[in-house]
Formats: sequence, structure tokens, C-alpha cells
Amino acid sequence: MRRILGLLLLAAGPVLVLGVLFVLPVTGMVAEGFVADGRFAPGAVMDVLARPRVHRVAWFTVCTSGVATLLSVVLGLPAAYALHRLRLPGRATVRAAMLVPFVLPTVVVGVAFRQLLGEGGPLGPLGLDGTPVAIVAGLVFFNVAVVVRTVGVAWESLDPRPGQAAAALGASPWQVLRTVTLPALRPAIVGAASIVFLFCATAFGIVLTLGGVRHATVETEIYLLTTTVFDLQAAAALSVLQIIVVLGLLVLAARLRAVPDPTAQRTVTPARAVRRGDAPVVVATLLVLGAMLVPVLGLVLGSLRVGGEWGLGNYRALTSAGDDQALVEPVTSALATSLRTAVDATWMALLVGTLVAAIVTRRSHSLAERRVRSTLDGFFMLPLGVSAVTLGFGFLITLDQPPLDLRDSPLLVPMAQALVALPLVVRTLTPVLGGIDDRQRQAAASLGASPWRTLLTVDLPVAWKPMLAASGFAFAASLGEFGATSFLARDDSPTLPVVIFRLLGHPGAMNYGMALAASVVLAVATAVVMLAVERLRVPGVGAF
Amino acid sequence: MTLALDHVTVRYGDTAAVDDVSLDLATGQVLAVLGPSGCGKSTLLRAVAGLEPLSAGRISWDGADLSGTPTHKRGFALMFQDGQLFAHLTVARNVAYALRLRRTPSARVDARVRELLSLVGLEGYDDRLPGTLSGGERQRVALARALAVEPRLILLDEPLSALDATLRERLAGDLRGILRTAGTTALLVTHDHEEAFALADRLAVMRAGRVVQGGAIDEVWREPVDEETALFLGYARVLRDDAAARVLAAAGLRSSYAVALRRSALVVDADGPLRARVEQARVTPEQVRLVVDVDRVGAVDAVAPLGTRVSPGDEVSLRVDVTRLAVLPIRATP
Repeated sequence: MRRILGLLLLAAGPVLVLGVLFVLPVTGMVAEGFVADGRFAPGAVMDVLARPRVHRVAWFTVCTSGVATLLSVVLGLPAAYALHRLRLPGRATVRAAMLVPFVLPTVVVGVAFRQLLGEGGPLGPLGLDGTPVAIVAGLVFFNVAVVVRTVGVAWESLDPRPGQAAAALGASPWQVLRTVTLPALRPAIVGAASIVFLFCATAFGIVLTLGGVRHATVETEIYLLTTTVFDLQAAAALSVLQIIVVLGLLVLAARLRAVPDPTAQRTVTPARAVRRGDAPVVVATLLVLGAMLVPVLGLVLGSLRVGGEWGLGNYRALTSAGDDQALVEPVTSALATSLRTAVDATWMALLVGTLVAAIVTRRSHSLAERRVRSTLDGFFMLPLGVSAVTLGFGFLITLDQPPLDLRDSPLLVPMAQALVALPLVVRTLTPVLGGIDDRQRQAAASLGASPWRTLLTVDLPVAWKPMLAASGFAFAASLGEFGATSFLARDDSPTLPVVIFRLLGHPGAMNYGMALAASVVLAVATAVVMLAVERLRVPGVGAF
Repeated sequence: MTLALDHVTVRYGDTAAVDDVSLDLATGQVLAVLGPSGCGKSTLLRAVAGLEPLSAGRISWDGADLSGTPTHKRGFALMFQDGQLFAHLTVARNVAYALRLRRTPSARVDARVRELLSLVGLEGYDDRLPGTLSGGERQRVALARALAVEPRLILLDEPLSALDATLRERLAGDLRGILRTAGTTALLVTHDHEEAFALADRLAVMRAGRVVQGGAIDEVWREPVDEETALFLGYARVLRDDAAARVLAAAGLRSSYAVALRRSALVVDADGPLRARVEQARVTPEQVRLVVDVDRVGAVDAVAPLGTRVSPGDEVSLRVDVTRLAVLPIRATP
């Protein structure tokens, strides 16, 4: 009992933070829909759910997400194998490069695809701009990395001997894959697929830039309903629908991800030399890599074109406010704001995330304690799946009165971004902290180390690198965050993704060129951070 | 002659894990490769299985070179140290794995699985998952799985070393019986000479990547090629030069550079030719084990029949049991 009390006391801080900054806004947003004229009126919500457009939006979300998930898995598996089991030249760089799209700001990805598929783009004649195909392509581009990472890490730590035993029993490489390897990887594959589905179903920036009003998903529909139609009831109804589905998926993902014993030694199988038989896998990986490079290249090339000529004009214009005064502030100051915001969001996410990871990974001594820990674990994963739009709008309508009047606080945007980054930090740190055998701490204590000293000598040496990696990951995610920020950023101090979106919304060739240039700047910033993270060689980064 | 290794070398970078090894194995025989951990014996086994590429030499079966044959087409079943059962399949599905690969009709599969499970003494275990089995049971399932398609050669990697002592002894007897019954040709690697003696009829001693001695198991055991081999085969002490000469003279044998003694090579006997002083005495269930200081030989092990009353400080006479020693012909390489 005392242990549980201590645990709850320790958890009180993060729970309070998440309660105020997450549960309160989200429930506030949801309540908006259920309460009409001061009375509880769920009927209106039900009416919304019966609308044909809502059905269409829901189906569209499920279909695009399903197809995108399937494609991500199919394209990601060969790459996961090639990049984690074969000694390919430059594979560390390729692995880092593959993770970049995942943290690439969604707006940038949207811009890159429009540049590629739009009128005058290299693939313009295909007429895919603004079609569901473009949306699915964008989602796959964004999420292949998650599959490569999650499955790759599992593949890397897969014991090769059962496969060899099967080969010695007469199984051909294909039969080994089908009967031994894939069953062993199933938890990782299904886990990755469910997370990818989640990301697709709640994707915002990509769908908004590529689909516009015509092809809306639940997430963009919530945005459109709140910002342009002002139909809060409908928005709330969709939010509730989304939260329920997401919760279900999160529970499923957690179940599929469960490992029997986290302290079991994680073996890493050394990569082997490439053989002739690996050709199909290597070719498939190169194709995926190439397909991922095309939009990025298109973006970079596009940003270097000014009025049909090559030049750096778009970049020079970043210090200006654009055509027709499209912006209040030049792009360069938005970049400064973005960096400042990301620093704040990072320390917040790291502080709370480390505490959460430490709480959920300590070994439980009773069933009740384990229940409390796993409930907390699930609770802190919530921001992973709840729509950033819901969160952002919830912030606006609930945190506007004393004592929680945060609307004008410079920390409002960082707080929202920290919440979005929190699950990434927790996911990176929990396997590391969970992997420390509790007996190591007990051994340290029995040798006379105080709890503080134990933390310093047992936990910290193992955890400092993953913590650094988690910071980088959170920083990159925060740099690109768009969904919540689009609601919360003040007009006079927008972040870079918000500015890019504004530039896209204003007509004028120069504004479009500036949007491309700003996208490149943002992409480079995130890519540099991710490459630095990759140098730390922490296996769990980007794996779910 | 079936399996033949000719000057096989396997390199990892600059180090040769297996260095110029040649071995033969005839049908129906069990050959044990015995060596300390890290001597390259597991690499040798994996090379035979086709899991390690050769740097030089060739491995052939019935005269046909295997270098172009991938593991799954060699027909050699490999049994790992810890069984490596497929955790997601039941015992019956594990055993049936190779049969199903060959699209054997399911009635035949069922019959064969039953037959094999009874061979390894695990009737009724069909639906159990590997996670619920004990170490010994898992090894038996692994053996049944390896035997299912009657492989032309079975490769065993320390098949018993993961087990505790009593279980090891019992399973060793079973395993030998099963290999004999099935008439299987087997290549086994181990660091435990007891395991080798329990299972094999031929022995190859391996050290630092090279085979230093090979032959019928009793031959190797009686005539270890050098000091290190003798110690590895379970000889307690090796005496050199004068000390060796004295003991060999007392045994009535020709003098040699060195002699390896088992712990029971010297026996307390009132008529024995050697004089010694008892330093330690310890009673065991079969005999009294002594450490004695023999005149001009030094401290060596000796035994006395149960009931002999000896205690440290006593003077005793010893005779030499010639069946418990080995004369070493050549000087160990330094």
C-alpha cells in the first residue's frame, strides 16, 4: 500500500500536467458539442453522426488510412531487412535519411507533393493533384519510416538460429521467411501497422494541403468545421468518434507490442555481407529510397526557380514579408520563433517524459501496483492518438480564464507541442529504463550506494544517450508541429510551419517560391537534428 | 566414406577460426569433435551445415563437393545447443516442420510424429508449446524434429551441455540409444569429454582451430598425443622427465619424456614399489582419494580401497595401475 501511495505521489506531477494541459482541453472541446444553451443535449451529436457528409468523411478516412498502412508495411519490410540485417555501404546514413520524412513537418511534405504533382510539376501530367492517390502517397511517404524503424529494430534483435535450424531441416529461404521469421516478427509488424494507421487517421497537415475541402478526413473536417463553418457541435461529435476509435487502436497496439520480459538481453545480430540472393531486397529498398527522394528533390529544385530562372531569390525573399504583405513578420523571424519554441517544448517534454518513463518501468511488487503502472502508461500515451486539432482548439476554449489564463502566455505553444512530443520521448526511454535489471540497482544499494547515487551510477550511464536522442526527436517533432500550433500561434509570432501554410494560402508566384524555400529551410533544420540523433545510435528512436 | 572435410579453413577477418582441418566420417558412425570453448568447433559444425562460407578447402558428401549447396539442400539436420524450437509452434508442429515442408500427407505426418515422440519418450506432448517444457524435454523435441525426415547426417552442437548433471547423464544414454536405433550418422561437437565418451565412437580433439588428434575413442583416450590433450581428456596430472621416468619404471614400462596420470593411477598397496607420505585424504563413496608426496616425484593423486585407514602424515607404499596412465610420446609444443 505504501509503495502504491509513493508511486501515486511521484506520478502526481505528470498526471496534473497532462490533466490540465490535455484532458481539460479535450473534454472542454468535446463538452462544447454536447452542451447546448447550458443543457446536456446529446441528441444533436447523434444527428451530426447521421449526416451523409460525415459518413463520407469517416469512410474516406478509414479507406485512405487502410491503403496507406498496407502500402507502408509492404514497402517498409524489405527496407527494414536490408537496412538492419545487411552490411550495405552507407546504411547508417540511409537509415537516418529514411527517418527524416517522419519528422519532416507535415506542411513541408504537403508542399513537396504539390510541387511534384501540381500543374507544371514533373508528374503534373498524371493529373493526380488533389486526388485521394496523392493523399495516400503523402501518407505513405510519411510513415514508411515508422515501419522500417519498428520492424527493423525487431528484425535486428531477432535470433538468427531458429531460422538456421529451419534451413538445416530443409526450409528454403522463402520458407524460412514464411514459417519462422514472419511469425516471430508479427508483433512488431502488427504493432507498427496499428501505429501507422493511427498516424494516417489523424494526419492533418498533409491531408489539408493535398486534399483541401474536397477530400476531407475526420481530422481536417474537424478543422474546417471549427474554423470556417463554426459548427462546434459537429466538430465535437467527430472528435468523440475519433477519440473512441483511437483509444481502441491504442489498446490494441499496446497488447500487440507487449514483450514477455523487458529485461531479457537484447541481442543484436551483426549484419552480414550482401549476397547475390539479396538483390531483390536491395533493389526494392533502393526504389523506396528513390521514391522518397523524388518529392524532396522536387521541393529543393522548385525552391531554386525564380520566374523560370535558376536563382536564390526565393531564399533572399525570406527576410521580407512577401507579396501583398502576406506576412506580418519575415520568415527568418518565424524561424527564430520556431527554434525558441522547440527548445521550450523539448525541455518540457523531456522533463515530464523522463519522469513518466521512470514511473512506468519500475518493477511492480503487487498486482494492484502493476495495474496502476499500466494505467499510467496508457494514460501518457493518449496524446499520441488524439487529434492535435482537437487539442489545439481545446486549449483555446478552456485555458482562457483565470487561474488558467494561458492564452497570452509565450509558453502556450511550447506546452501544446510538448504534449505532442511527449509520447515520442516516453517511447524512446521506456525500453531503455525497462531494460535495466532491477537487481543492478539492488546490487548498488547493497554495496552502500544511496538512491541518488544509484540513479547516478546505474541508471544515468545507460540512459543519458537515449535521453539526448529523445530530446532531439522531440525537438524535431516540435519544429514541424502544425495541427495544434495552427490554432495557438499568435499572429505576430507564428512558427515556421504556420508561415508556410499562410504563404501557400496567398496568391502570388513569389509567395509560393518563398513557401518552397521556407520548407527547404525547415526540412534541413529537422534533418540536421535527426542525423545528429542517429549518430547517437540509440536503437529505439522512431520505433513504436 | 560419406562426409569428408579436406583442409577446411574458415576465417573471420585475419583470424582462422578453423585452420586446415581434415576429417572423415563413415555412414552410421558418431564422431565427436572435442575441444575447449573458442577452439573453433562450433564454427566447424556450422561450416558443415553450410552456414559459414569456407575460406579454403572443401567439404564433400560421397565425393560430391558441397560448396554450391545451400544449407536447406544439404539434408543435414542441425540441432542447436539450446534446441532452438520454434516458439510459436506446438511440439507436434515443431517435429512435423520438415515433413510439412516436403508436403507429406497429413496422415503420414501424424504417424511419424507419434513414432518420433515415443522414440524420445514424450508421448502425449503433441499440443504443448515449447515455452512450457523443461530443458531436457526441449532437447528431446529438438532431436525428434531433427530426425523426422531421416537426415543423412545429424549435426549436434553440445546437445547436452545446457542440462543439469543428472538429466545430462540420462539423456546421454537415451540419445546414444536413439542414434543407434535410427542408424544415424552424426557429427557432434562438445567441450565435455564425458559427453563425447557417452555418445561417440570416434573422436577428434581440436585446439585453436586445428585438429590435433583423431581416431577411435578408446585409442585417443589411451594415447593422448600431448600434455594439453591429456589434461583435456580428463587426466589429472602430467609428470615430466625424472618424475615420469620413476613412475614408468615402477610400472615396468619403458622410459619416456612424460606420462599422464588419472587420479586412480597410483594405488595404496603394501607391496608397491613407490614410497610416499600422505598429504590429504578424503573418503568418497567408491574409494579413498589421497594426495601424496612421492619421493623425487612430488605431489600426485592416489587412491586407496575403502576401509583403508590412512591420514595425513602417514607413510604408505604405492603400486602403479598401468591401465590408468598414458605415456606421452612427444614434447608438447610450447
